[in-house]
Amino acid sequence: MPLASQETTVPVVVDEAKCIAEKGCTVCVEVCPLDVLRISDMSKKAYMAYDECWYCMPCEADCPTGAVTVNIPYLLK
Amino acid sequence: MTMDQITGGMSEVSCDVLVIGGGTAGPMAALKAKRKTPDATVILLEKANVKRSGAISMGMDGLNNAVIPGYATPEQYTKEITIANDGIVNQKAVYKYAESCYSIIEELDSYGIRFLKNENGDFDVKKVHHIGTYVLPMPNGETVKKALYRQLRRARLLISNRYMATRLLTGKDGRIAGAIAVNTRNAEFLVIRAKSVILCMGAAGRLGLPTSGYMYGTYENAANSGDGYAMAYHAGAGLANLESFQINPLIKDYNGPACAYVAGPFGAYTANNDGARFIECDYWSGQMMLEFFNELQSGKGPVFLKLNHLHSDTISEIEHTLHNVERPTRGNFHENRNTDYRKEMIEMHISEIGFCSGHSASGVFVDEFGRTTVPGLYAAGDMASVPHNYMLGAFTNGSIAGEDAMSYANDVDFADFDPADIAAEKERVLAPTKREDGIPANQIEYKTRRLVNDYLQPPKVTMKYELAQRRFAEVREDMENHMIARNSHELMRSLEASSIIDCADMAAHASLYRTESRWGLYHLRTDYREKNNEDWFCHTLLSKQDGVMTSETRPVDDYIVPIADDEKDLYDKQRIKISA
Repeated sequence: MPLASQETTVPVVVDEAKCIAEKGCTVCVEVCPLDVLRISDMSKKAYMAYDECWYCMPCEADCPTGAVTVNIPYLLK
Repeated sequence: MTMDQITGGMSEVSCDVLVIGGGTAGPMAALKAKRKTPDATVILLEKANVKRSGAISMGMDGLNNAVIPGYATPEQYTKEITIANDGIVNQKAVYKYAESCYSIIEELDSYGIRFLKNENGDFDVKKVHHIGTYVLPMPNGETVKKALYRQLRRARLLISNRYMATRLLTGKDGRIAGAIAVNTRNAEFLVIRAKSVILCMGAAGRLGLPTSGYMYGTYENAANSGDGYAMAYHAGAGLANLESFQINPLIKDYNGPACAYVAGPFGAYTANNDGARFIECDYWSGQMMLEFFNELQSGKGPVFLKLNHLHSDTISEIEHTLHNVERPTRGNFHENRNTDYRKEMIEMHISEIGFCSGHSASGVFVDEFGRTTVPGLYAAGDMASVPHNYMLGAFTNGSIAGEDAMSYANDVDFADFDPADIAAEKERVLAPTKREDGIPANQIEYKTRRLVNDYLQPPKVTMKYELAQRRFAEVREDMENHMIARNSHELMRSLEASSIIDCADMAAHASLYRTESRWGLYHLRTDYREKNNEDWFCHTLLSKQDGVMTSETRPVDDYIVPIADDEKDLYDKQRIKISA
């Protein structure tokens, strides 16, 4: 069975100008209970890789530079 | 190596006490075990990261069940919880919690966790329950996890983050022997031999599908996918009263608590569309949920949390707690919809179903020391059967289980297990990674949970339950033969899908077994509408016997706190009587 993907807006948004992941910071990736954040190989910045968000906020609260914003997922907004 | 690749290697470690789950009960259990025997090895295993995992990831807004001298006694509390659970409780376990929890509050206070105090410096306890006074607010409760984590570091506990336990190992003599876990970021296996194991893996919170349709928009932390329930089941432990589902009154769509325990003491209340009260008491019980459900369906529906009669300063105080602690995105949610607590009521709805003894009574059976029916295996927190346990119950019973599990470990040697069990488990876990194509785990999970909503949500209808069992069997076959996982993250989700379908089957089986109605909405059967004390004043215990799901009754132990006949139905009188 071939697979197709379905578009989705991601709740967790990272301000790349503020994100310091390229300096080795992985705080948001480490604290996420659902493990949905990753560091991009291309941009070297954090991003939401999996749309599996509990909109709980440790990523935003613990980010040392205030780069992460948690929005309410569109389906329940 | 890139994150999420599948490596599939394996290593083995051993310890005296293994604690699985680093949310609330787990860290406390590990801490107490280690303090009891400082030179023993204690491992705390966590699927996410102990710093921010579990139900209290962002803290907690209060203690819902604090038994504090001067406000309440263990006897009063035990009586209230017995009545709220229609009499089906193991009072010894409830009483043990009630008499132990005050010392845990003092201990948490000494860790720097802040509770509301009055001008004299005493705990400022509020009344929310039907009968007694047990709610202690935590307006600065966002620090809980950090304070706890400091204690864990100080005790030099071994913490393994991002390891998901998949199955328990049992010895040839029936004792617990350890557990198998898989790393969620590289699929490395870890076999942990242990003399005793404490399961603290939270609720089965991804059982029903939220009405928003967003799979992770659950009431419970969505990481709590019922893995502990499934593991206990496959290890042969008994699970108690699973038919007493968790269903909670929540903010519609947001699916977080409204939260009557925070706002209630300030004068807020649950109201119908007239803005009128319809229930006597906002404390979460099955009986209260039934009245909530009835009101939702009626011409007076839907249901709201009403604060707009309160002074603006009072509302600001409530907002400070609700928008900073436990589920802080609640403020953003209201802002998006331009909902102002001062102007309008907040629409509420009921949550999807789940298992959680923290709020209801559905959990792995434990005695007053947290011992399950498998020697050396313990459980604590939301997944253990002590009812209406909440956060303080997780801390207190985690503490009790930690100490007892270490005493047990001190007296025994490792149990011998069959190495073939490990090979078989590795094959089961990795099977979805070996297929070229098939059905992704999210679709297996979605379908299971959609069927749970369609067929298992109360009111419970026998025929619908039987249809559900047939549909679950079909999805299970798809899961076992066609599910795919293309990286280690998807592998974690595929293992969770397996826990979820196990829980769905258990929910159906346990509900069909109890042919009566009890606990208000939690177990409302349309074809057995009445409570039947003659045949069903008992626990039900579900377990795997010779590979087959089996239910049996277990008598309720003699009460240590007697309940008078005229007190037994106090929780059945929730609806406010309309005076002529």
